[in-house]
Amino acid sequence: MVIEQTYFVRGGDFSHAGDASSKVKKLLKQLDIDPKKIKSIVIALYEAEVNIVAHAWEGTIAVLLEKDRITMVLTDRGPGIPDIGQAMVEGYSTASSEVREMGFGAGMGLSNMKRNSDVLEISSQVGEGTIVKMVNYF
Amino acid sequence: MDISKVIELTEATLVCGGDQTGNEVIRGFSSDLMSDVLTLDTEGLLLITGLSNIQTIRTAEMADIHYILFVRDKKVTDEMVKLAVENNMVILETPFSLFKTSGILFSQGLNPVY
Repeated sequence: MVIEQTYFVRGGDFSHAGDASSKVKKLLKQLDIDPKKIKSIVIALYEAEVNIVAHAWEGTIAVLLEKDRITMVLTDRGPGIPDIGQAMVEGYSTASSEVREMGFGAGMGLSNMKRNSDVLEISSQVGEGTIVKMVNYF
Repeated sequence: MDISKVIELTEATLVCGGDQTGNEVIRGFSSDLMSDVLTLDTEGLLLITGLSNIQTIRTAEMADIHYILFVRDKKVTDEMVKLAVENNMVILETPFSLFKTSGILFSQGLNPVY
């Protein structure tokens, strides 16, 4: 079984932030996957999706579902992350007040993603964008 | 504590999920920070919050939270209700503050997460 899906994410569009994660959750629930694993996957994905909406201009989420794992690659066009190590520190945030009003931007997103994924890889080019890859095994 | 007791104690209005007022909540968590809510792994959780926007409902959906109590008369929008109904959630609104709501429910036996 291999399922591939791609979703578009628009920067700044908070009313639709989470639409892609919601679709992935519905897809996973149709399959015979442990609900706790589903929860981890969608929380990691949702935090990453909110990051695109909060920080980037636009992005895509590519989901590859295989027998034993899900791979999620989020590619955005945006300002990039100058210092990924610093961004990973819990509590560090560059979020706008608008993002904070939505209940995010407290510097917990990346650590939530790390806690909820088996593999997390982040690469970024300042002024171009960021690629986040997460893998979760079932 | 069942939902009807939560409604009674906090003088709350039921917005949706009326068929689930007999359901039990075991723990309460009060927060306006959704990333904090996303760290929880608790069954039967009542989320008590003053943050009323679509991301509150989205966060609850992702975190498998089915019961949300909005404080200080924060009004839930039609868009939020639609998403909550889709996800089979119970939404309540109380005029009480976050502090008062949490205090009442805690003193009446609703457990904290931590």
